[in-house]
Amino acid sequence: MTRTAFERQLTEIQDDMLALATMAEAAIERSIDALKNRDVELARQIIADDLKINEKRYNTEEKCLELVATQQPLASDLRTIVAVLHIIVDLERIADHAEGNAKLALMLADEPPLKPYIDIPRMAQKGIEMLRASLEAFKDRDTERARAICEMDDEVDALYEQVYHELLTYMIQDPQSIQRATYLIWVAHNLERIADRVTNICERVVFMVTGHVQELNVSKY
Amino acid sequence: MTTERAPLLVDARQFVKPEAGRPEPDAGSGRNIVEVRGLNVWYGTFQALNDISFAVPENRITAIIGPSGCGKSTILRCINRMNDLLTGFRAEGEVIFEGEDVYASGLDPVDVRRRIGMVFQKPNPFPKSIYENAAFGPRINGFRGSLDEIVERSLRRAALWDEVGEKLRESALKLSGGQQQRLCIARALATEPDIILMDEPCSALDPVATLKIEDLMRDLARNYTIVIVTHNMQQAARVSDYTMMMMMDENRSGVLVEYGPTREVFTNPKDKRTEDYITGRFG
Repeated sequence: MTRTAFERQLTEIQDDMLALATMAEAAIERSIDALKNRDVELARQIIADDLKINEKRYNTEEKCLELVATQQPLASDLRTIVAVLHIIVDLERIADHAEGNAKLALMLADEPPLKPYIDIPRMAQKGIEMLRASLEAFKDRDTERARAICEMDDEVDALYEQVYHELLTYMIQDPQSIQRATYLIWVAHNLERIADRVTNICERVVFMVTGHVQELNVSKY
Repeated sequence: MTTERAPLLVDARQFVKPEAGRPEPDAGSGRNIVEVRGLNVWYGTFQALNDISFAVPENRITAIIGPSGCGKSTILRCINRMNDLLTGFRAEGEVIFEGEDVYASGLDPVDVRRRIGMVFQKPNPFPKSIYENAAFGPRINGFRGSLDEIVERSLRRAALWDEVGEKLRESALKLSGGQQQRLCIARALATEPDIILMDEPCSALDPVATLKIEDLMRDLARNYTIVIVTHNMQQAARVSDYTMMMMMDENRSGVLVEYGPTREVFTNPKDKRTEDYITGRFG
């Protein structure tokens, strides 16, 4: 006995979720490019694209609900659908943080640059690495990897702290920099939140495989 | 009838993991009303059940699920000795009900069946009035009190009184399928049993009648122990507190695969065979 149609739909929602992850990842990368290059056009594009990301999330959510309503999934099938339902929310929120950074990039584009960006792109890169790895862990049903990714969050937290203190120094030294430095702290905070969201995804991977919900990351922020 | 081995008694409660941080199903009285130990059953040379051991918690609903032919109904019918009349039937092991082996010599199978009632797949009311159906058990058991009272009480407990209270003398066969099945439940309740065994009680009913019976089961579980065999996994998931998964071994004999709180069995089964069966990937 097989459930071909159900299998196909179950694969489809997971593919949709991975497509959403790719969109969210692109949003993070492009928002940092927009910031670094003071690219107003790109920033506006990211903000417009966020609507497509939201749409993809709701569309996937609808498919999940349809599966629950029509196929009565149980056991690991049920856990997979529940995991997807949670992960798409985190992905959409990750994209929202990236969109927030695009808006900050727009605001900062009007001002002279405060400093060369080094740690902020590093935070973004780390976040993207974690995001990719979490979805690999999802595809491979790999709980070990999911747990290991959460440890990377500490590195992002450390970078955030560094950026924060550095920007405070700028503000103390030159009150003219307060607005720009504050915007940049918000940028860094968004990136820090992205990494936290990835740890939520990892928790859902562990849930999907083991059936147990476990807090994997207690972030300082 | 005894067995030399002392097989491990599978108690559904042992699978509840408190450390998971979720409340365990209300343990009811915390007592097991039936304990089956090392049960082997043969029909002629065919072994239908292979070394089954489990306990049935009192005042709870236990569902038995599994593919056709895995021995679900056989187990059910062993609990109240309904298999006795089948030719070639032979059982080894123990079925302990209230501390006594129901297969012990000297125990009257009719008395066992009075205390352990049964409801079947197809509603099977007698071609008599509604009243006579409900009064049947007490009457043949020589009950001397008020039959009217028993009939009303049983029909009320079976959530049927409001629909038939005014037409007790009408033929039971005039009732709808769902009403007939509730009448059969009332008939089983009339002998004041401790346990009600249900063998696919809703398979001949429409969805509304099915949900009515399920509601009734939840209601009855406050005072009775229910063991239900069902092919409908959603029904087992909806209605039962504990679920037992059965399967056939290589000799096509029924074996117990997994037994635990329903919530665990349906969301996170421990055995791959349960997982495959409930997700529809069996076979």
